[in-house]
Amino acid sequence: MLEARDLHFAYPGQAELFGGLTFSAKPQERVALAAPSGAGKSTLCKLLAGYLTPQSGAILIDGKPLPNRGVCPVQLVWQHPEQAVDSHMRMQAILDEGGTVTPQLREELGIRDEWLVRHPHELSGGELQRFCIARALAANPRYLIADEISTMLDAVTQAHVWQMLLRACDARGIGLIFVSHSPALTRRLATRVIEL
Amino acid sequence: MVPHAHEHIDHSVEQTHHHHAHAQTSHHVDGHHLLQVEGLSISFTMYESAEPRFFRARRMPVEVISDLHIGVHAGELVAIVGASGSGKTLLADAIMGIFEPNATVRGRIWFNGVEQNAASLAALAGNGISLVPQSVNHLDPLMKVGRQILGHATQGATQGGRSLLCSPKTGRKQTTECFGNTKETVPLVSGNTKETVPLVSHPQPSRAERLAELFKHYDLPPEVADKYPHELSGGMARRVLLCCALMDDPQVIIADEPTPGLDLELARRALDDFREFADSGRGVLLITHDIELALRVADRVAVFAEGTVIEETAVANFASPDTLEHPFTRALWHALPEHDFQVPDDATDAATATAADTTSTPIASDTQSEKNGEPC
Repeated sequence: MLEARDLHFAYPGQAELFGGLTFSAKPQERVALAAPSGAGKSTLCKLLAGYLTPQSGAILIDGKPLPNRGVCPVQLVWQHPEQAVDSHMRMQAILDEGGTVTPQLREELGIRDEWLVRHPHELSGGELQRFCIARALAANPRYLIADEISTMLDAVTQAHVWQMLLRACDARGIGLIFVSHSPALTRRLATRVIEL
Repeated sequence: MVPHAHEHIDHSVEQTHHHHAHAQTSHHVDGHHLLQVEGLSISFTMYESAEPRFFRARRMPVEVISDLHIGVHAGELVAIVGASGSGKTLLADAIMGIFEPNATVRGRIWFNGVEQNAASLAALAGNGISLVPQSVNHLDPLMKVGRQILGHATQGATQGGRSLLCSPKTGRKQTTECFGNTKETVPLVSGNTKETVPLVSHPQPSRAERLAELFKHYDLPPEVADKYPHELSGGMARRVLLCCALMDDPQVIIADEPTPGLDLELARRALDDFREFADSGRGVLLITHDIELALRVADRVAVFAEGTVIEETAVANFASPDTLEHPFTRALWHALPEHDFQVPDDATDAATATAADTTSTPIASDTQSEKNGEPC
């Protein structure tokens, strides 16, 4: 179980966020985080995945804090893929950061072989996002945090990527926590909605 | 094509011209379109990837956008929806006069009835056409956002002043050089821009007041002006980009994915603003994936795939898949979360074929690449 317990967080010199937020998510669950723009959804995603540390409170996975070493069992797919990849690396190297990505996974996500030798600026946002999803799944996470991952995808690709992601999550028992501004998509995907 | 063939069409008589029908609200001021793009093709020079001997690889052009036609009338909001990676952003860049060094751009673009070339398009950026860029990376990370929105230009923005706001990809300088080198450089900047007198002139409050007004409108607290881009949330940065574009009081806004990261209410407000902007006799070209939001405000929808506009249709036709003509358009309809959220089999093929044919910017060739863009 992924748990956020009594969370308090503030960026330096700014107002405090969350005010002691507590919630938990089980594997097999698909939890939507809902809040207006600027309320700290992305910050919460970063806290859950261990990119930021709360000032007080804790993020627990099965009752234990997130590990300090090794691969984090909570993986985050970022909102802006172009900011989540090293612009000096080729896509193959970026994919390998998370572990081995099987050709089958690449195919399911629609990643084309000729993209692998390119640099990030030579791909569109939607294409980059597929790499980021593949990279996160390759790390064998127990929980996946999806921070508006499909806003830069067209409807067909969005449906395709989500179907694939749901299959992967079901097959591997990955718990999903996601942010989306589209009510229709939230209704489609979420088993539970948490209002911040 | 006969030069200025477009101008010779009697717009009041011809119901269908330039490959589109008219929306009821659209009209022609002085007998021409606000923005007209005809036969636009963009290709990139890239090295042959199949060549096993690395240094023997030859350069070859890869066409990404082919023979694209789109027009924006005064008072109209045209939405372009389509596959990701199909080159929608390249279209926006071409209209803004921003080109990658290895790109070859062909076609004709009119603004306000005046045919443009690369230099004059670049000069129009921020002085008539404003871009709401797709990525928040277009903001300067080292400059406080307030200053970025204000620009360091005064009224009638000079070249240097617009650079960060309106052609933030640094492309402009490159472009000027690029086209300066070609022999056939045509009428240059000043001549063209002087002719394009604004259709509607708005009394300009001082830029600081305008900034305060825009911030208030988009629920941005005044202290946001004093922050750096990395201190903003995704949605706040989007709103800052919107403010940048609206600041210069343009005639045409090219909005490239303006809504991701905004919550529904803000996204609707942003789109309603575009609608209002169009209703005041100006034009908006809205490039988006979000069909649902686009349908709310658009007059016409152009579906973009395989590097060109495959279907131009009325907003009403999106009520049911039966009234949509192209299989890709129908696939888009079926894939929407509020409909089936399913990818029909043939659609997968269509979509992947699209991706295969028209992937985004291919491998950049070396710095000596031919700068052989033709004037638009």
